[in-house]
Amino acid sequence: MFVLVVGGGKVGYYLAKELIDAGHEVALMEKDRRRAGQIADEIGSIVIAHDGCEGKYLGEAGCNRADVVAAVTGDDEDNLVICQMAKHHFDVPRTIARVNNPKNEALFRHLGVDELISPTRMILGSIEQDIPVHELLHLAALGEGELEIIEAHLQSGSPAIGHAPRDLAIPDGCSLFAVIRNGVATPLRPDTIMLEGDKVIAIGNTDCQALLHAQLIGEALATDA
Amino acid sequence: MKIVIVGCGRVGASAADLYDRSGHDVIILDSVTAAFDRLPSTFGGQAIRGDGTDEDVLLKAGAAGADVFLAVTEGDNRNVMAAQLANEALGISRSIAKINDPLRAAAYAELGIATLCRTGLMLDAVNEYLALGPSNLPGMLAPSGHHDGDRHDGTSSLTRPVSPTGASTGSTSATTQEV
Repeated sequence: MFVLVVGGGKVGYYLAKELIDAGHEVALMEKDRRRAGQIADEIGSIVIAHDGCEGKYLGEAGCNRADVVAAVTGDDEDNLVICQMAKHHFDVPRTIARVNNPKNEALFRHLGVDELISPTRMILGSIEQDIPVHELLHLAALGEGELEIIEAHLQSGSPAIGHAPRDLAIPDGCSLFAVIRNGVATPLRPDTIMLEGDKVIAIGNTDCQALLHAQLIGEALATDA
Repeated sequence: MKIVIVGCGRVGASAADLYDRSGHDVIILDSVTAAFDRLPSTFGGQAIRGDGTDEDVLLKAGAAGADVFLAVTEGDNRNVMAAQLANEALGISRSIAKINDPLRAAAYAELGIATLCRTGLMLDAVNEYLALGPSNLPGMLAPSGHHDGDRHDGTSSLTRPVSPTGASTGSTSATTQEV
C-alpha cells in the first residue's frame, strides 16, 4: 500500500517509521526543511520538504496514486485541507485526519474526511471511563435507612425513554412515583411515557437499586463511541 | 447587510472600514487584539478577538444569520476552514475565502465556497497594465459545486440533528467511527 503522510512531527515520524517496517510504501511531507532533513537522515529519502497543503506539491508527492493520505500536522485547518484536496482533487480512496479540537469532528466528517483521530477525545474518553457519569442520585434515606428516595435523570441511552413504567421490569419493593419534567413535578402513572431529560423519582429498598439502575439509566457508556 | 470578516490585516481592516462607512452591519474578528489598531477610530462595527475557525467563537460573535462571510487571514487553510464552517454550520451561503494557492482556490470553488486568489488577481492586473493577455489563473471564483457533489440549495446537513450513535444524519455519513 502507498501511504502519504503529511506532517513530520512526532506522530508523522513514528507513523512513517512503523509503516515502513510493516512493508508499506511511504512518502512523508514536512514543510520545515530542517525537520525534513533530520527525518531524511534517519529514515531515508522518503521525505519531501514541501508544504502538503499546496496542491502542486501534493501532486508531486504522488498523491494521485496514494491509497491512503494521513494528515497528522498539529493544525486542524491544515489537516482538513490536506484531506479535502486529497479526496476531491486527487481521488484518494481513504483520508485520515488528526483532529486536535474535538469540536471540529462533526465538521470534518461532514466535509468528507473518512477517518478522524482525535488524541484529545481519546484521552478524554479514557478519563471519563473512570468517572461514573450517569448514576442514581440518592435524595433521602427513610425509616431505618432501608428505604431511599432516588432520582434518575434519563439521558440519551436510557432504556426507559419512550416507555411507560408498566413496560419496565420494576423490581419488587420499589415504586416510581413522580416525574420532574421541565421543572414541573407530576405523578408518574403506569402509562406515563418517559422522555429524555425527565427526572424520575423512585422510592425503594437498597437491594433493588442495581435493577433500577439498569432500567432507568442503562448500561455503562462503554460502547457509545 | 450583515457582514462578518475574519482577519484584521490590511484587506480585512480596509473591508471592515469600507462596509461600515457604507452603512452595513460589520463584525470583524482577529485572534490578536493589536490587529484592530488597523481600524480607524471612526469604525462603528464590532471588533471581536477570537479564532474565526472556532464555531463557538463565531456564534458568540453573532455571526449566525450573516449575509456575507469574508475570510481574509494570512493563512489559506484557516480561511478555507472558516468559510466552510460559515457555510455549513452557520448557513451563510455567501462565504468567501482568500486562497493564494491557485490550485486550492480552483478546487474549493468546486467544493462550494467562493474563492479569492491574490496570485491570479495580481497577475491579471499587471497583465492588463502591460496590455498582455489574461493570466488564466483563478482570480475571484464563484462556487461552482458542492462538497457533496449534488446539493446546491444552501441548506446544511451539519445543522440537522445528530443521531444517538453520534453519526451524522447528513449525506456524508458513510465514514468510519474512531475510538
